[in-house]
Amino acid sequence: MTNKTAKNLFSEILKKKPEEPISSTALLMIITVCAFVVMYLLAMAVWGGGFLNPQQFFDIFNNNAYLIVISCGLTVVMIGAGIDISVGGMIALVTMTCVVFLEDHGGSIIGSMFLALGIGLAVGVVQGYLVSYLKIQPFIVTLGGMFFARGMTTIVSGVPRTVTSKAFLAIKNFRIIIPGIGTYGKAGNFIPVKIEPGVIIALVIVLVIWWISKWTRFGRNLYAVGGNSQSALMLGINVRRTTFFSYVISGVLAGIGGYIYLLHTGAGNASNATAAEMQAIAASIIGGTLLNGGVGSVIGTLFGVLSLKTISNIVIASGLREPYWQSITTGLMLCFFILLQSVILAIRKKKGICS
Amino acid sequence: MIKLKKLSNSQLAIPLLALFLVIIFNLFRDVGFFSISVIRNNYGNLVLSGNIISILNGGSELAVLAIAMTLVTSATKGQDISVGALAAIAGSVFVRILRANQITMPVILLAFLAACIVAILFALFTGTLVAFFNIQPMIASLILFTAGRPIAYWINGGATPTVESPLLDCIGSFIPGIPIPSPILIVIIFGIFVSLVLRFTNLGLYTQAVGINERAARLNGINPVFIKLLSFIILGVCVAIAGCINVCRIGLINHETILIDIEMDAILAVAIGGNSLSGGKFRLAGSVIGAYIIQALTITLYAMKVPSTAVKAYKAIVIIAIVVIGSPVVHKYAHEFREKFFKKPMTVTENN
Repeated sequence: MTNKTAKNLFSEILKKKPEEPISSTALLMIITVCAFVVMYLLAMAVWGGGFLNPQQFFDIFNNNAYLIVISCGLTVVMIGAGIDISVGGMIALVTMTCVVFLEDHGGSIIGSMFLALGIGLAVGVVQGYLVSYLKIQPFIVTLGGMFFARGMTTIVSGVPRTVTSKAFLAIKNFRIIIPGIGTYGKAGNFIPVKIEPGVIIALVIVLVIWWISKWTRFGRNLYAVGGNSQSALMLGINVRRTTFFSYVISGVLAGIGGYIYLLHTGAGNASNATAAEMQAIAASIIGGTLLNGGVGSVIGTLFGVLSLKTISNIVIASGLREPYWQSITTGLMLCFFILLQSVILAIRKKKGICS
Repeated sequence: MIKLKKLSNSQLAIPLLALFLVIIFNLFRDVGFFSISVIRNNYGNLVLSGNIISILNGGSELAVLAIAMTLVTSATKGQDISVGALAAIAGSVFVRILRANQITMPVILLAFLAACIVAILFALFTGTLVAFFNIQPMIASLILFTAGRPIAYWINGGATPTVESPLLDCIGSFIPGIPIPSPILIVIIFGIFVSLVLRFTNLGLYTQAVGINERAARLNGINPVFIKLLSFIILGVCVAIAGCINVCRIGLINHETILIDIEMDAILAVAIGGNSLSGGKFRLAGSVIGAYIIQALTITLYAMKVPSTAVKAYKAIVIIAIVVIGSPVVHKYAHEFREKFFKKPMTVTENN
């Protein structure tokens, strides 16, 4: 009896029938968010120190704003059952081109921003056309994109370059102060938390993409195409156009990500963002996006990036300073999440809840 | 004419056309590219040298890995992106055992066997995730792609040790008295072995059956889990062969740079070979030709004095052009074009 009333109360709160199961997208996202919160609280309790300092938490954002942006692009493509491994190379190309444009050609900052967007758009359009209209496997197309971008970077400039333009450095060193959060220094003075402008851009992009995927026709089409392109076609969805635009979004976001990377480091280098595409794929997977398509959300991806970077911080805090430990723990965490997702989806399939 | 039509519809049409184009391009560019000369190497042996030899020699590892990648692609409908990292692990085990002992032929064989076993175990880890948990191979191998090279680092304690012995040179460069580089011989022997296995066993048939329709394969009495695991075991063996060839060739193991980016090239080789990356039917010959096309492209670009870091950009353009030519949509357009301009209209023939 009490059980029943509790159930009714629960359903009234959610304004849902109790029989209606939550979607796989929401379930996997909730798991990721919970895992991240538990992990961070555990780190605070065990290692304390740096983890209690709010600046260190916001530094994860500062250092990885570009990763958040490109992971969002990758999530969009992966929901549509594709893959885009060109994003890391794109970052290198965008940073190098913008530096050369600013330094050697006396370009303005606004111009360099449009240049970054233009490169992203151009590569995205070409890749999207090849994948959706010519039906070439996305892995091969974006692999070509990656090789092209990495090669072009060295053609643009063979040596690493840094920006010296004063106006650019002013933007680069600009920090946004978050009022109310901070720590007290040794002298008793209040040190507020500072974040970079790129973080704001990244978070806005996360919200925009989330809105697009949730509330626009394109977003719903994307889930349908990723889930089953054949049935989507029969429902009258323009499958090719939907796939095309998912790659365009990924390309543009790679351009923006490259500019954020430039704002963070202020240097162009052929080895910028090495293996960033694999980190972005890992973040998307940890955030609950399936490579099969049709399941995933960018909010989950945001927490995927945070989890990925928090585990690195924990590894460093626990004294394993050799860089290879970070890769090994990242691999282990990836393994854990992949197995967890596969088991959950298998159980749901057995129970007859369609995913 | 019928034969020509049959060829143009076959799976090998695209790789052969691409190879033909690369050769034609080189003929027009510089005929000397194809010259093969006999020189005396440092040890006083007569050996063959020339661009073609270096294409065949340098493409050995890629060809071996392309064979494995084709089987994995066919059975599991996905690709393993950890082959480079696995080769680093196998090479590290090989070097570690060689350094612990006096290098003799049995020790080399033992070290190779150990490398094989370790590589098979790691490949089976990915294979288990793929076969039992139905995880996409690319994601499953992403784990070892991330963690593989660090494990190789740990096997040799972070150092990049060297191994030197005339016996290793026999495997890596030349056997005294035979002018052909040994890696080419190894690939030929391995290729004959694999084609014999495919000819006299049901491996190829079963693999394709699992890749085309897993359920139908199971209903016909094929165990898909076993076939998938078997393809990963073969991958482990191939990875060990490629890793050991590379270690013998350069005489040291550097876990960061050994066979770097080879997974991408191997997948490309499979795709250029006309095989579908979404599993099913495969032609091993296509993949092997694809591997040598990639190597030929690289050597051609080097011969054109393109800086080694910029090679990737040109390679990407050529590869995209090849896959665009090979794409079904372009084929359809070409066919329609041919119908329109080179054929008499149907109505005329009917009126006759």
